[in-house]
Amino acid sequence: MAETFTLTAQNALPQGDVMTLGETGIRVAPMARLTTLMPGRGDQDIFARALRRHHGLGLPQAGQSTTADGVECLWFGQGQYLLIGAEANVNLLKSAALTDQSDAWSTVLIEGPLARDVLARLTPLDLRAATFAEGATARTEIRHMMASITRVSDSGFRLMVFRSMAQTLLHELKETLEMVAARP
Amino acid sequence: MRLTCPRCGSRDLREFTYRGAALARPDSQEWSPAWDDYLHLRDNPAGLSTEYWYHGLGCAAFLIVQRDTRTHEVHSVTLAAEGRT
Repeated sequence: MAETFTLTAQNALPQGDVMTLGETGIRVAPMARLTTLMPGRGDQDIFARALRRHHGLGLPQAGQSTTADGVECLWFGQGQYLLIGAEANVNLLKSAALTDQSDAWSTVLIEGPLARDVLARLTPLDLRAATFAEGATARTEIRHMMASITRVSDSGFRLMVFRSMAQTLLHELKETLEMVAARP
Repeated sequence: MRLTCPRCGSRDLREFTYRGAALARPDSQEWSPAWDDYLHLRDNPAGLSTEYWYHGLGCAAFLIVQRDTRTHEVHSVTLAAEGRT
C-alpha cells in the first residue's frame, strides 16, 4: 500500500535580518503563501471579475500590483499573476491555472538610503521613483538571475528569485552593500 | 541596444534572446520547396529585418522586432502572440 506523504513548504533562507550598513538593511522576508495565476486564453475578463469577487483585488496592469486586506496581486509576466499572502480561492480555477509557489521563490527585502545604489549595480532596471513608483513591479534580472522586483516603500524593494538562487542573491546583495557603503 | 517590450517598456538587450527570422509559415501540409525555404534558407538583409526575440529575463513574451541592420534602428516591437502584422 502506498504511503501518504505530506510535504511542508519551507523557506530556502533563514528568515530575519541579514545585514545593516549605512542605514540600509537586507532582510529575508517570512515565507508567504504564493500562488501563480494564469488565466486561460480569452478568460481574462472572467478571471478579473473572479479575482475582484473572491479576493477584493483588481487585476494589475503590466508592471503594477494591487493590494487589499494584506493580500497582494502582482503582475508576474506575460499572462501570469502572483497572489501573495492568501490561499487562492478555488473558484479562480474556472478561469485560470493555479500553481502553489510558496517555497519556490525566495523573498529578500532591501530598504534604506543605499538600496537603489546597491540595485543599480545588480540590475539594468531604472528604479528611480519617477519611473518605478511604490507598487510598481518588474520581471527583470539581478546578476543574471531571473527575478521579480517590486517597490514596497520610498526606499524599499522586494526582490524575489527562484529558491535555487536564494543564497547567490543574498551573497551578491551583501557584497554590493558592503562595497557601496564603503564609498565616501 | 535596447528593445521596448510592449509589456515591460524599454529594456536592456541582456534580458532578450534572439530567436531567428520571423517568417511566414507555408500553408501546405505537404513537403514542398516552400517548406525547404522556410526551414533552411535565410536572407541576410542589409536593411529591414523582421525577427523573433524572447524576453526571457523579463516577462517571458515572444516578440516580433523589426529593425534595420544598417542603422540599428528599431522600427517596431510587437507581441508574437498577437500575430504578425
